[in-house]
Amino acid sequence: MKGPGASLAALRDLDALSARDLPLARLDPRVPLLVTLLLSVLVASFPRGEVQALVPFLLWPATIASLAAVPVRPFFRALLVPLPFVLLAALPALFVEPGPAGRAIAASVLLRFLLTVTSALLLAAVWGLPALAWAMQELGAPAVLVTQVLVLWRYLFVLGEEAVRMDRARTMRSFGRRGRELALAGPFLGTLLLRSQDRAERIDRALRARAFTGSFPALRPWRFGAGDAAFLLLWSAALVFFRLVDVPGALGRLLTGAA
Amino acid sequence: MHMADALLSPAVGGTLWAASAAVVARSSRRLADGMEERLAPLMGMTGAFVFAAQMVNFAIPGTGSSGHLGGGLLLALLLGPDAAVVVVTSILLVQALLFADGGLLALGANVWNIGVLPAFVAAPLVARPLLRRGHEALGITLGAVVALQLGAVGVVAQTAASGVAALPLLPFLAAMLPIHLAIGFVEGFVTLAVWRVLRDRRPEALPSLASVSVRPGGALLAGLLLASLVTGGVLSWLASDRPDGLEWSVARAAAAEPAAEGRLLALLSRAQAKLAAFPGYAPRDAAPSRSGTSTAGLLGTAATLGLVAGAALLLRRFGPRR
Repeated sequence: MKGPGASLAALRDLDALSARDLPLARLDPRVPLLVTLLLSVLVASFPRGEVQALVPFLLWPATIASLAAVPVRPFFRALLVPLPFVLLAALPALFVEPGPAGRAIAASVLLRFLLTVTSALLLAAVWGLPALAWAMQELGAPAVLVTQVLVLWRYLFVLGEEAVRMDRARTMRSFGRRGRELALAGPFLGTLLLRSQDRAERIDRALRARAFTGSFPALRPWRFGAGDAAFLLLWSAALVFFRLVDVPGALGRLLTGAA
Repeated sequence: MHMADALLSPAVGGTLWAASAAVVARSSRRLADGMEERLAPLMGMTGAFVFAAQMVNFAIPGTGSSGHLGGGLLLALLLGPDAAVVVVTSILLVQALLFADGGLLALGANVWNIGVLPAFVAAPLVARPLLRRGHEALGITLGAVVALQLGAVGVVAQTAASGVAALPLLPFLAAMLPIHLAIGFVEGFVTLAVWRVLRDRRPEALPSLASVSVRPGGALLAGLLLASLVTGGVLSWLASDRPDGLEWSVARAAAAEPAAEGRLLALLSRAQAKLAAFPGYAPRDAAPSRSGTSTAGLLGTAATLGLVAGAALLLRRFGPRR
């Protein structure tokens, strides 16, 4: 079912989210990148089988998703893709260590997955890959790597869109298995090749005409302001607090009056 | 065979992050020193090619499993180790941010397993010497097999050393190595086919095997485009939805005997306990803390979830109207 077309469509859906002009997207992209990194490390630092103390960390993805009004359906569809792998990594615990311990380990792996992966996806959905590439460069990533990410991002859609259009045309002229024979790969790919080569050549020439020297200037230079600093400090403090204090445990004791 | 944040401890993830970052920084520096403006589009195009190829899963005969081109070896052969590592890193970054593959902490481990090992071990030590002696099929196939085996050992070692998931080491390894042997042969087969298309259609685009440095030009760019279309296009007919190799072998490890945990695991978890960035990291056989779900714990968790949901609903009012 899933060819390059479906993967590309999912990619474009997620990328389109970052094109919206959100107040949140005006936050310096270095800030959410750093918060997400901190969250990944803190979540990973919990002992095996921890579930309860991980729950407060959901506040970060929930806050970002709410402020950015990220639509639920495409987002969770993106989450479904790697889910089978995570299930297969988590569920063996049920057999290796039967009883509550195994269940806790499996639940813990799933919750860790949910936290780290939603946070990473939200970065791309709210700020977009080019902004994050800029943030990486500002944080010290090599310029060569950043340019590579940006060029890859550009060519990915150029190559993909041409293929998707041709695939759609082919599908409309065929039914069942007809039109999908391997023998048709030659003419299909030949045409696609000619078109894409033309396109790549045009892009290369356009880049040169605009004095491309091997790296891109940033389109949206953010300035790290007081608001950015406050946001970063507050969230870092909150996440470290969640790591040090078992918030659900404390809440539970408070509510039940237990010692 | 992507590592995931959910399976890593900070010590293991951080170590591999540092190692991979050092390699990428060194490679980037070397590339920047001899950078030609055409190298940027070429590397980008090669990355897009591997990306297109990776979107396509194909069935591995006889296993009920499926896999896709890793591309690490092909990139190393075409671009040299430095450019290959940078290209693989960019691909993995896009996958982590947009395909929910892995995560930010696991990025270091993935760059190491999928980028560094093929580029700096399998390609220069196995594939390139054999290619130079004219053993094209053997060199590329063996190179891919070695690259995939090294990557599989990496995933198992990192998972076991982290100890976050309860995957028994030896059954996991026993399942991962054979399945990645099969994947390695498939990888080698596909890499060889792409290599041969390049050789027959655009022989001038093949890099010199004697030197590692590559002089990119329009011909190589066009050749890579051709190769990307052949792989992406032809293989999409063979696309399958079945679980890939790692998923399959994890499932097999789950069904296998848990008793085979050996000294290595004890050693690794002891080393890991020493290395752990955060004290109080429980060893493998310790009871998970607070696993006994007390009423207070359940109530507190429910209350926390309620607070998070309430905050989210409240914050939604400040978001843009849809």
